[in-house]
Amino acid sequence: MKALCWRGPGELSVDRVPDPRILNDQDAIVKVTLSATCGSDLDLLGGHGPAVRPGDVIGHEFLGEVVEVGQGVRRHRPGDRVVVCSVIGCGRCWHCERDMWSLCENSHPGPGASGDRWGGDTAGMFGYPHAMGGFRGGHAEYVRVPFADQGAFRVPDGVAEMDALFASDAAPTGWTGAHLGGVRPGDTVAVWGCGAVGQLAARAAMLLGAERVIAIDRHPERLMMTERHIGAETIDYTRSDVPADLRERTGGRGPDVCVEAVGPEGAATGRPRLPGRIRRRIGPGADHLVAVREAVRACRTGGSVFVLGVFAGLADRFPLGMIMDKGLTLRGARQHGQHYIPRLLELMGKGELRAAHLATHVMTLQEAPRGYELFRTRRDGCVRAVFRPWA
Amino acid sequence: MKRGALAAVTLGALGAAVTHRLWSSRERARAERRRIRWQVVTINRRPEEVMPEGRLPEPLARLGESIEVQVRDAPGGRGTELGARPHARIPSGVEEVMARLGGEDPRQAVRRALRESKCLIETGEVLRADEPAARRPAPIGRPPAVAARRAGGEERR
Ligand SMILES: NC(=O)c1ccc[n+]([C@@H]2O[C@H](COP(=O)([O-])OP(=O)(O)OC[C@H]3O[C@@H](n4cnc5c(N)ncnc54)[C@H](O)[C@@H]3O)[C@@H](O)[C@H]2O)c1
Ligand SMILES: [Zn+2]
Ligand SMILES: [Zn+2]
Repeated sequence: MKALCWRGPGELSVDRVPDPRILNDQDAIVKVTLSATCGSDLDLLGGHGPAVRPGDVIGHEFLGEVVEVGQGVRRHRPGDRVVVCSVIGCGRCWHCERDMWSLCENSHPGPGASGDRWGGDTAGMFGYPHAMGGFRGGHAEYVRVPFADQGAFRVPDGVAEMDALFASDAAPTGWTGAHLGGVRPGDTVAVWGCGAVGQLAARAAMLLGAERVIAIDRHPERLMMTERHIGAETIDYTRSDVPADLRERTGGRGPDVCVEAVGPEGAATGRPRLPGRIRRRIGPGADHLVAVREAVRACRTGGSVFVLGVFAGLADRFPLGMIMDKGLTLRGARQHGQHYIPRLLELMGKGELRAAHLATHVMTLQEAPRGYELFRTRRDGCVRAVFRPWA
Repeated sequence: MKRGALAAVTLGALGAAVTHRLWSSRERARAERRRIRWQVVTINRRPEEVMPEGRLPEPLARLGESIEVQVRDAPGGRGTELGARPHARIPSGVEEVMARLGGEDPRQAVRRALRESKCLIETGEVLRADEPAARRPAPIGRPPAVAARRAGGEERR
């Protein structure tokens, strides 16, 4: 089959690889109809992310049709149209039973188990075969889906594929941020980043009852899209001192819940930039915490800050003292999709949650390297490049 | 006491403290390497489901006499704590590095068996990773591959 493989820093190619096979009774094989790029792949493209190896098939947001099931699969049969959660969960370990699916204790069999890196095991995931459990990604004609009863969800008839696709990763991630960030009816919520994740975090906050939602970014087209399709207020951080702006808008209190959906690519805001020479000395990403720091500063006393961005290493220049002094709750998580996807699909069916507008560039799998280039550079207003392996 | 003398005394004390810290942390690391710790997983099932009629889960049973095993209730209704450790002498120094790279460190086998036992008991089967898509070997001496293998203790079949 054809698949998009990582070949080296900044180098992707569409190659022929062996078809996946059923390896466990609870596996299904899914024929991929749509797959999307994600901000989490950016680090990997640069090659400075977690271990990737040449030949790894990437991509973790996908939707398709079940073509084969193992004998242990109960809820699916060939022909089912399904969206697959990007995070793999067994459904029976202590964490899965408590709906903390991205902390599944059984879905990371591959090399480099996370326990040694993080001091605790975390779930496996599609599309980072070398680092996250050994599972190939979704930018391919077929994908093997382990624990298919838990991780694949039938797309209801009334839901468009281009909406349902984002129930795989971006929508449940946004929902995780708003829900575990503790959004309650009447709250004011600020979201850093108007990529797919930030936009859907903003929408989740609204659906959870937030009275005001303010989203922050610098790209005019993303800000406009967030106003138009999500219905949130926006701040262009290149034109405003964000914490001051937020205080002004919130009666001097600051947002109750702050969700960070930027990640390590976070660009410096308002304050004067360091001269290029110094920045290069410090190294890229030396100050990739801007958005988190700003969220901590802007958050109301006693409020909560939720980190969705995937930060790989250690971070300095974190305002630790503010956590204690302002009585903040700081939390983060990889998305617990299995817990949210049924509800997300239902909301999509009712037209309350829309995501299709995020698919700004739809193309064939063959064009995927160009799609990633557009996504990385955000050229031409690209928010998500979406591939059709069978087009 | 004169200023100079005071400074010397302070420096001396500081020096001793630093050497002591260095010494003890190195010593501690060495002691840690020599020690045969229990490796433990918590399984979301009752002890009688983990070891029906006292039988070891299959992946651990395969290690036979080379290990000792410990089973106890986990607190707070969290299931069962299943621990194991190798009887074998743990390799150290260069021998250890070679053993780890070759995947022969007995601790790696124990760890893998524990994880597989847990997965088997909780989900009914041992989850397998995908077959690597491209068998093109990674460039020689590429650090991530080595690091991951050493860290994980699990080989891809
Ligand atoms: N926790 C999870 O499970 C999970 C899942 C998916 C993605 N993510 C992470 O979420 C983050 C966002 O994902 P995405 O796909 O939307 O990424 P994206 O790259 O498309 O969007 C990030 C946005 O943040 C904006 N931004 C940069 N600096 C900023 C700043 N200082 N203030 C405000 N906005 C700023 C960028 O302009 C961009 O629009 C990434 O780090 C990604 O890795 C996490
Ligand atoms: Zn993602
Ligand atoms: Zn689990």
